[in-house]
Amino acid sequence: MSAILTKLLLVTPDWVRSLTGERQPNVFWAEYVVWPLIQIVIVLFVILTLVAYLVYLERKVSAFMQARLGPMRVGPWGLLQPAADGLKLLLKEDIIPLKADKTVFVIAPIISVVAALVVLSVIPWGAAWATIANVNIGLLFVLAVSSVSVLGLVLAGWSSNSKYSLLGALRSSAQMVSYEIAMGLSIIGALMFARTLSMSGIVEAQQSDGIWYAFFQPAGFLLYMISALGETNRAPFDLPEAESELVAGYHTEYSGFRWALFFMAEYAAMIVTASVAVTLFLGGWSFPGLSLIQDRTIFVLVSIVVFAAKVFALIYAYMWFRWTWPRYRYDQLMELGWKWMIPAGLANIVLTGVWYVLALPESAGGLFGFMQAAPGQIDGRLVPTTAGKLYFVVTGFIISIPIMWVLLATINRRSRDFNLQEQRQLQMQLRRERLEKSASAQEADGTP
Amino acid sequence: MEKALFIIIAVIAVAAALNVLIQRNPLYSALSLIGTMAALSVLYVMLRAQFIAAVQIVVYAGAILVLFIFVIMLLNAPKQQLQIDKQKGLRYLAIPLAGLLLAEAFYVVWRVQDIAMPVVKEGEEAVGTTWSVGVALFTHYLLPFQVAGVLLLMALIGAVVLARREGDK
Repeated sequence: MSAILTKLLLVTPDWVRSLTGERQPNVFWAEYVVWPLIQIVIVLFVILTLVAYLVYLERKVSAFMQARLGPMRVGPWGLLQPAADGLKLLLKEDIIPLKADKTVFVIAPIISVVAALVVLSVIPWGAAWATIANVNIGLLFVLAVSSVSVLGLVLAGWSSNSKYSLLGALRSSAQMVSYEIAMGLSIIGALMFARTLSMSGIVEAQQSDGIWYAFFQPAGFLLYMISALGETNRAPFDLPEAESELVAGYHTEYSGFRWALFFMAEYAAMIVTASVAVTLFLGGWSFPGLSLIQDRTIFVLVSIVVFAAKVFALIYAYMWFRWTWPRYRYDQLMELGWKWMIPAGLANIVLTGVWYVLALPESAGGLFGFMQAAPGQIDGRLVPTTAGKLYFVVTGFIISIPIMWVLLATINRRSRDFNLQEQRQLQMQLRRERLEKSASAQEADGTP
Repeated sequence: MEKALFIIIAVIAVAAALNVLIQRNPLYSALSLIGTMAALSVLYVMLRAQFIAAVQIVVYAGAILVLFIFVIMLLNAPKQQLQIDKQKGLRYLAIPLAGLLLAEAFYVVWRVQDIAMPVVKEGEEAVGTTWSVGVALFTHYLLPFQVAGVLLLMALIGAVVLARREGDK
């Protein structure tokens, strides 16, 4: 199955080849210019429309969660609201503050949007021809570009020459840099099983293993989802634009379409992080029973629908979080990032490595021999047997998570991050001891 | 085709690098340095060193330049001409040094023509991938890798010590 799919991957459809009039072995223009351009136009069109409708969805979801109706006036059930919003933003006056650094002020939203949209090129939207570029550093590319997207926010905040913007920018950069580390650590466990950074390769690896990596890597999946929230500046981590403190954070001074660019970047980044989560942990476009479809075109189309459905499930979860959880305090946010997420990510890597090595066959230096060679695997990748799958699920859920729990509880024993009952008791006890100590010391000194 | 792409990217890289020097505002210089880094990373991709290309973006465009921009922003760099006049003596030193650097570059270009390009063998295509870099780092270059890790740890501890206030113990 996967061998056939590998052969199918990134093959230009026949009609494109006939368009350029190139013969079979020499299809440079069709393969590298014409077909990618068609794909890029389609993906950009779909994603940008989707972004507009995600805003609509967000408003509807929030409305339903608060027992309201949401937008209802423009079109049936308010379905044309995004079009009206877009038109309004286009027609609004474009204000650049007098004391702003004009060049940077103009460039900043562009950097934000480009960084969010470039990543779309490596995401496998579906089987076979539904991926724009199947590069062998796919996932690394996603992380690299997301580290550049910080620049957009920082420059926007600085160039506006306003204290709210600057504070928002400083917060956002600290937050994104911290959560980037946690994000990078959280995916490594799944990469150990996939043994490739290519996004399509990861999907195929999950197919040939016959399991979604969320089951092997529950902790990794959880960490990824949390750090993705921090990385996209969504509630409960929306400190950069905390409206109750900073007006709107880094885009306070922006108006009209420049502001809309930031909005687009935020929602596009949401789609990207959800897509990466789906690719890495939820099996990408694959679904049990999908291979029963014989017709190739229908197969690819159904795979795209499956991928979209999974992405939407995650995006709905994001919206759910946003409208049900209160915002974190800034120090809580940083402590969650550095004292909880990063140690948990490191522990996950070490534990996964241990389980993986133990499961190798004895010839490869392992112990249990739950892995076996399978046909069509790159670089001698081993596939877990049925017992191996069970073993990895059990280690992932029943052994790794309690170990990480104990570890985190030990590290954070004396911190006051979340005012948990036990922690508070401990703090009070420590304080009492300190007071007693100083009181006895004062008595010994004889000073009042 | 590859040559055409190379020329386009190389022109972008050099133009951005020149812009770094021409701009008076340090923030603009830092911004065009990002352009140079991005162009360089495309060049790495064309040399089939995909991993290095991604690392170039992560480390330089992502981490180091964000740091640069932070420093520039927080020090609130003056937009006017920086005080170059104070260091007039350095100007006379700069010309021979620049000449030396240029001579070095020309020497490299001249020597490169003599060296035969290594032929890419079957199976050696994967030299620049994450796989081969990882294998090399964890087998052949394990000691330097660990030493670099210790070095970074030292920097980390140093930062923590510096950031620590006098009061808390």
